[in-house]
Parts: sequence; structure tokens; C-alpha cells
Amino acid sequence: MKTKQQVMKSWIINLAAIVLLYALLLFAMETGLISRYLRGILMTIFINIILAASLNLTTGFLGQIALGHAGFMSIGAYTAALFVKYIESTGVVLLDGGSPTLQGQLFFLLSLLAGGLLAAVFGLLVGIPALRLKGDYLAIITLGFGEIIRSFIENLSFTGGAQGLKKIPRLSTLNVVYLVMILCVVVMFTLVRSRHGRAITAIREDDIAAEASGIHNTYYKVMAFTAAAFFAGVAGGIYAQYLGVLGAANFNFNKSIDILVMVVLGGMGSLTGSIAAAVGLTALPEALRFIPNFSDYRMLIYSIVLIIVMIFKPSGLLGRYEFSLTRVLEKLAGKGKRAAGEGGGAK
Amino acid sequence: MNTPVMKAENLGITFGGLHAVSGFDMELFEGDLVGLIGPNGAGKTTIFNLLTGVYQPTEGNVYLGGKSMLGKRPHQMVEEGIARTFQNIRLFKDLTVLENVKVAFNQSMSYSVLEGILRLPRYWKEEEEIDRIARDILSVFHMEGEVEQKAKNLPYGRQRKLEIARAIATGAKILLLDEPAAGMNPTETAELMEAISLIRTRFGVSILLIEHDMSLVMSICERIIVIDYGQIIAAGTPYQVANDPRVIGAYLGQDSE
Repeated sequence: MKTKQQVMKSWIINLAAIVLLYALLLFAMETGLISRYLRGILMTIFINIILAASLNLTTGFLGQIALGHAGFMSIGAYTAALFVKYIESTGVVLLDGGSPTLQGQLFFLLSLLAGGLLAAVFGLLVGIPALRLKGDYLAIITLGFGEIIRSFIENLSFTGGAQGLKKIPRLSTLNVVYLVMILCVVVMFTLVRSRHGRAITAIREDDIAAEASGIHNTYYKVMAFTAAAFFAGVAGGIYAQYLGVLGAANFNFNKSIDILVMVVLGGMGSLTGSIAAAVGLTALPEALRFIPNFSDYRMLIYSIVLIIVMIFKPSGLLGRYEFSLTRVLEKLAGKGKRAAGEGGGAK
Repeated sequence: MNTPVMKAENLGITFGGLHAVSGFDMELFEGDLVGLIGPNGAGKTTIFNLLTGVYQPTEGNVYLGGKSMLGKRPHQMVEEGIARTFQNIRLFKDLTVLENVKVAFNQSMSYSVLEGILRLPRYWKEEEEIDRIARDILSVFHMEGEVEQKAKNLPYGRQRKLEIARAIATGAKILLLDEPAAGMNPTETAELMEAISLIRTRFGVSILLIEHDMSLVMSICERIIVIDYGQIIAAGTPYQVANDPRVIGAYLGQDSE
């Protein structure tokens, strides 16, 4: 086990990296370096990071394929959207000239919490019966659940029905979303590295042995599933308040598959892998737009990348390995020292 | 005499019309080392599954320290102090040796999800404590040098030992070992026998083991229970059962006369 000091050290390093990125983001936003287009891509990346990392809790750490992640996302999205719309209707000023006021920011965060919590409640309700099944059967059940949610949203009046929900206050700002994303990822990391995460991983490795080691399988399965649903709900809330309009069609089966692809590509059981894949797979199709006369083929490249990774690295880019900034820095420092030592010797 | 740590009373299970086990009685006392033997398909593993809550008995009951275990699930049985290993090794293959052992401490730890996420003092206290105990247990098995290895990369004999170490880490007072020496070479078996008698004294556990390796059973078990077709056909000291005509009959076939 890493000692407290080692953990502290790597936390400080990671915190420094997070602050640095945040400063860069703020700087870019202030100086207008971030166009509307780039803002959209970054926002999608942040949302996808939360989605992929959270699905990794069920698929990677618990080892159960779930195909209904978009369902949980939609619950969070509609809850958050209806929440802020209601707050706005009571006369609270949420937006001031397109950017959220202080109350706006506050209600944005509250709406994400509400969206996450309601998604978690559904995760719990679906998880308790569904997690009696494993593998393919669970995949089908969760797929069914996702579709049921979508049909409900399409046919209920308070969700706007098939026409969707419009005029949602657009409270998602890049810097706040960045911080929310970091918070979500940090919580998932620490969850995975606690005794609860250990129990969840043990169930993935061998559920019978886990039970024989005193792990309450159902409890921890439902815990992982519910946590994943919570974060999917948060991501949905951000999504709703970024787009400003919601339609049930945004949360179809394909959306669930898109998220699953990120998890599998990044590595099932690696949160950093999910982050890398979410960034890569969101940015890649956009980056390919800029190659002249090529934009028609860009989705082809996307598919080819997936096929190549699956052939040469079936466990995903990182497998179950977690990228560690501390380790990289220590290696670099070690190399630097050795180089310096050798240099000194030559003199 | 003091109360048995484990007692099975008229234990039996029926699958459809098949009486897999019936009328199984046994008492296990503190510090006992009892062997459970019988030909293939006699119902030995079924008895283990009944004793650990994997199957619910259709007749009879199991008592741990005088307490009825009716309706307990496997993970609850672990809390009551009974742990097992499996005939075909079941390790958490992709986790390290140390993590494999740490998983077993889960039920004895108490920090909440929130305390874990926020890394509050109780998280550190408990994690540091189980880290130390896990390493201690592994050192008893001479595995302290392999703590960071993945379980799947261990040689076969050590995987068996790790499984026993994990069972001990649950804090169990009763260990059920399902063919611990299966697939081992004579050196590994000898090492295992040594380890079994060591953990008995070191951790004060009572052991019930299924084994086909007769040299192992005869040399370390104080009592042996022989079953065939789901029923006890003989019980007693190794010498007694080895000379019991019914046991010889079960293994070698009855005289046609």
C-alpha cells in the first residue's frame, strides 16, 4: 500500500496539473481564443469524460456490460432541465446577457445534483432486479431499460413529448463544467480505491470467490450500478444546460453504444483510459474535418481506429493500467538525475 | 465436553428426486483437523456447499457455536466465522496477491463510502491496519516477496496457498479446504501439509478438508469421515477407517458374494 505521504505527494502533483489546466482554460476563455465551435467540442469532451468514466464503474470495475447508460443520462438531463426551468419561472434571474449570474451558477450545481440523484434512484430501482442477471442477459435488460425511459420521455407531457424541451437556461459554462468533471473523476477514483472499490473489483474477478470471502455481492453490484447512474445523470444535466434544447432522440441506443465504445477503447477498468478515449474519440472526428477533401471519410477513420485498437490491443488502450502523472515525473526525474550523474562522471 | 464450533445435524439436500446428501451428522471442535473423504461423486463438495450456505439444506441444519445457520447466505456465513477454498482455485486473478488477501477483510472494516471517498482518518487507520495484517498472514505462507505480483502469475502451489491465506484473512475460525493438494507435486504437497499444521496452531482454526491424497489425509487428520452416495459410511481415526470393510468396499468395490 502507498503510504499517506506518497499519496499526498501524488495528490499535490495532480492538483498542480488540474490548476494549471484550469488556468489555461480561463486564459483561453478570457482572451477569446475559444471559439463557439471549440467551446462545443471542449464541452462535449468534458461531458463524455464523465459518461465514459462512470460507465467504466459498471463495465470495467464491476465487469458487467450495461447498455442503458444513455437512459440514466436522459433522466439527469430532463430533471436538471425541468428544475432550472422551474426556478427561472419563479422569477430568479439565472442568466445575465448570456452568462449565468451567481444564482445561476448555484442553481446549475443544484440541478446537476438533482439530476444525478434522480438518476441514481432509477439506477437503484433498475439495479436491484437487473443485477441478478449477468453478462448478455444484463446487457439486454439495461438496453430495454434505456429504451423504456426514452419512450416514456417521448410520450409524457411534462417532458415536452416528442417535440422535446426547449428554452432551457443555458447555464453550462466551460470553467464550471471543467471543475465539475474533475470532481466527478476524483470521486470515482477514490471510490475505486477504497474497500468498496476493492469489493466491486473482486466481484468482477470471481463473484463466487468474492461471496466466499464475505463480500455481499448484490449490495456492491447495486452500489457500482447506482454510482454509475448518478454520474451519468450529472453528465446529462450539463448536457441539457449546454444545448438548451432536449429531445428524447438524443438518448437513444446509439448514445449508450458511443459511451461503451469509449470505455472499451480506453480500457475496461482504467479510469484514465476512459478519459483518454473520451478526449480522443470526441476530438478525432472533429480534427479530421480540417483535412481538405477528406471530411466525407472521417467517420471511416473513426471506425478504422477502433478496429485497429481492438486487433492490436483488445484490452483497450490502457487495459487496466492507470496513467499516473507522479510516476511519469518520477521517471523523468530519475532519468534526469542519471543523465546528470553520467554527465558528472564524464567530466 | 465443550460445545462444538460447528455442528451438522441430520444435514441433507435433495435435487429433484436425487438425495445428494442425507443424514449427515458431524461435530467439529476447536482445533480439530478432520478429513472428509469418499469416492468421486459421493457428495463431499455438496456437503461443503451446505456448510457454507451456497445450498440451503432441505433437511437438517448447521450450527456454528450453537447458533442455527438456517437461511444464511454465503457472505453471512463468512461473518459467522466459516471460510472455504475451492476445488478449482478461485482467486481474483488480475488483482495482486496483497489485494486478494485484503478483499477478505472487507466485512471486518467499517469506514463508509463517504469516509472512503473523502479519505477521512478512519480510512487511513483501517487501510493501514489491514495492510499490515495481510502482509503478516502472507509471511506465514512465505509469500511476503510476492505481494505485488498478480495472483494469476503465481505458480500453482502458491495459488493454493494464497487461497488459504485469503480464507484466513476473513477472520474465520473454521476453514473448509476443498482438495487443497489437488494437482500438486509431492514437494508442494509436503509444503502444504506443513502450512496446514502451521496455520492450525498459529491462527487457532479448526479445519475440515476434502482430499483424495490419502497419504496427506492419513498423516495429518485426527479424524476421518468417509461418505459414499451422500451418506456417512464410516467415521473415526485414520487407522479405524482404513480398516473398515465398508470403506474398502466403497473404494475398491464390494465382494460379489
